[in-house]
Amino acid sequence: MTITTAPQAYSAGVQDYAITYWDPSYQPKDTDLLACFKIVAQQGVPRQEAAAAVAAESSTGTWTTVWTDLLTDLDHYKGRAYRIEDVPGDPTAFYAFVAYPLDLFEEGSVVNVLTSLVGNVFGFKAIRSLRLEDIRFPLAFVLGCGGPPNGIVVERDRMDKYGRPMLGCTIKPKLGLSAKNYGRAVYECLRGGLDFTKDDENINSQPFMRWRDRFENVAQAVKDAEAETGERKGHYLNVTSGTVEDMFERAEFAKELGMRIIMHDYLTAGFSANTSLANWCRKNGMLLHIHRAMHAVLDRNPYHGIHFRVLTKCLRLSGGDHLHSGTVVGKLEGDRQATLGWIDLMRESYIPEDRSRGIFFDQDFGHMPGVFPVASGGIHVWHIPALVSIFGDDSVLQFGGGTLGHPWGNAAGATANRVALEASVRARNEGVAIEQEARSVLSEAAAHSPELAIAMETWKEVKFEYDVVDKLDTN
Amino acid sequence: MTIQDFPSRRDDPAARKFGTFSYLPPLTTEQVKRQVEYMIAKGWACGIEHVEPSRAADTYWYMWKLPLFGETDAAAVLSEVELCHSAHPSDHVRLIGYDAKRQTQGLAIVVHRGVV
Repeated sequence: MTITTAPQAYSAGVQDYAITYWDPSYQPKDTDLLACFKIVAQQGVPRQEAAAAVAAESSTGTWTTVWTDLLTDLDHYKGRAYRIEDVPGDPTAFYAFVAYPLDLFEEGSVVNVLTSLVGNVFGFKAIRSLRLEDIRFPLAFVLGCGGPPNGIVVERDRMDKYGRPMLGCTIKPKLGLSAKNYGRAVYECLRGGLDFTKDDENINSQPFMRWRDRFENVAQAVKDAEAETGERKGHYLNVTSGTVEDMFERAEFAKELGMRIIMHDYLTAGFSANTSLANWCRKNGMLLHIHRAMHAVLDRNPYHGIHFRVLTKCLRLSGGDHLHSGTVVGKLEGDRQATLGWIDLMRESYIPEDRSRGIFFDQDFGHMPGVFPVASGGIHVWHIPALVSIFGDDSVLQFGGGTLGHPWGNAAGATANRVALEASVRARNEGVAIEQEARSVLSEAAAHSPELAIAMETWKEVKFEYDVVDKLDTN
Repeated sequence: MTIQDFPSRRDDPAARKFGTFSYLPPLTTEQVKRQVEYMIAKGWACGIEHVEPSRAADTYWYMWKLPLFGETDAAAVLSEVELCHSAHPSDHVRLIGYDAKRQTQGLAIVVHRGVV
């Protein structure tokens, strides 16, 4: 008998991670899940050792050698740190690229991927800080996920909206209205020309407005506005709840009322709940709007946490038809190039590596439908030409204060936004550089719309010009 | 300006809207032509639909002939719109840009409002 490989002897103790988990000669396979981490190591820990430690702790390794390692083929199952790069303009940190074999993850479970990649390793002592910058999900994994229940193309057909971004508004005050007064605010917005209104994320089922009362009043408002305008309308009924059973009960009632769309907060409620709800929506022909409360806790610190582009990919795989993306121009954080990067990740089928947009890997979503980016937060009519330029037609632009704060009320505020939007789209189609020509495009439209003229006067001085905290890494 | 009332009632046909550009003043022929040129430049096929106003909310309107596949002359598209309009003067008439790559309508605008 010929022995082809020498059997391995067991030797207890602690080894350098780099011996097993750093492999610069490794060529990643198409089926590997790839991750890019930004690492700041503790003083004295070499980069390769820190990168290997992250690869080990997020895959098969633990702090010491164990005899059961020898009962399996660790070379097959282990994650490998295969590349290290400098972070442009920042000598304290470096990028580590890690390849994981597909077998490490349950099919269709972003929960399982995150539990490995952003699990214990983020508290690891040898690392000062750690940020998951990007994941390349192999197509073989992507196609095991359900993805958006409907997607952009199907939603356009369901809503009968073509050739322009859709318009929404979050109803305010975000807490404290009675169900009947709340429905009034919805009705006024929708009859004025919005396509959607939205529950604030904080609205679940509080003592001042229980969910069932809200759903009934909102349903009436939507139906009345549809009958009046002849256009299809929706209100994102928030079904996020303390338990999954309550979530489904609310979703079922929304369907029973004939509503078109419901809403969920995917980070606070969790990915398991989100994926289950997305599956329910697919089965029941309901659109699903996704809010992202808690994302800034995870994604805003440039040194520690999970980049939003990863949370975006995870949501597209878990399932949702809309996802908040930031606005670039409004009150909330969002670098323009980085935002363009993650809205590509929501909508496109294939997104090539593009470091100028913070995209570290080619990402193939195959035939998985796209998600509408939702631009919401501190935007108003003056921003519309820029928003149309940045986001294009496949987006939802949401004006809360920018609708409800109109001096003549919600309906006039809604009309002002709709007129400004349509004027911007028309001018863009005619070849006008609308971002540069914003003033003349809007002024011309306002000549035919007193609602728009007043809105322009009301918000002419409002700008949000603070520096962005989480910038792309550049020299 | 003092607060204005919002002039919209269900029993007023003028309150009915028709999707993209229906909140702007009716497009002039020249403005419609520029939108047709945009659709052609995008590589979309122009199509025409019409319907009696009582059926406006329905998903399927009557298709006027077939979409004008391969037509790159905006004037030819406009004259087809006018043929449809003269044949059905009381109907709504809609112009569509079919985006075959994305399997959706890249643009859909009502260019004639029917008589109510």
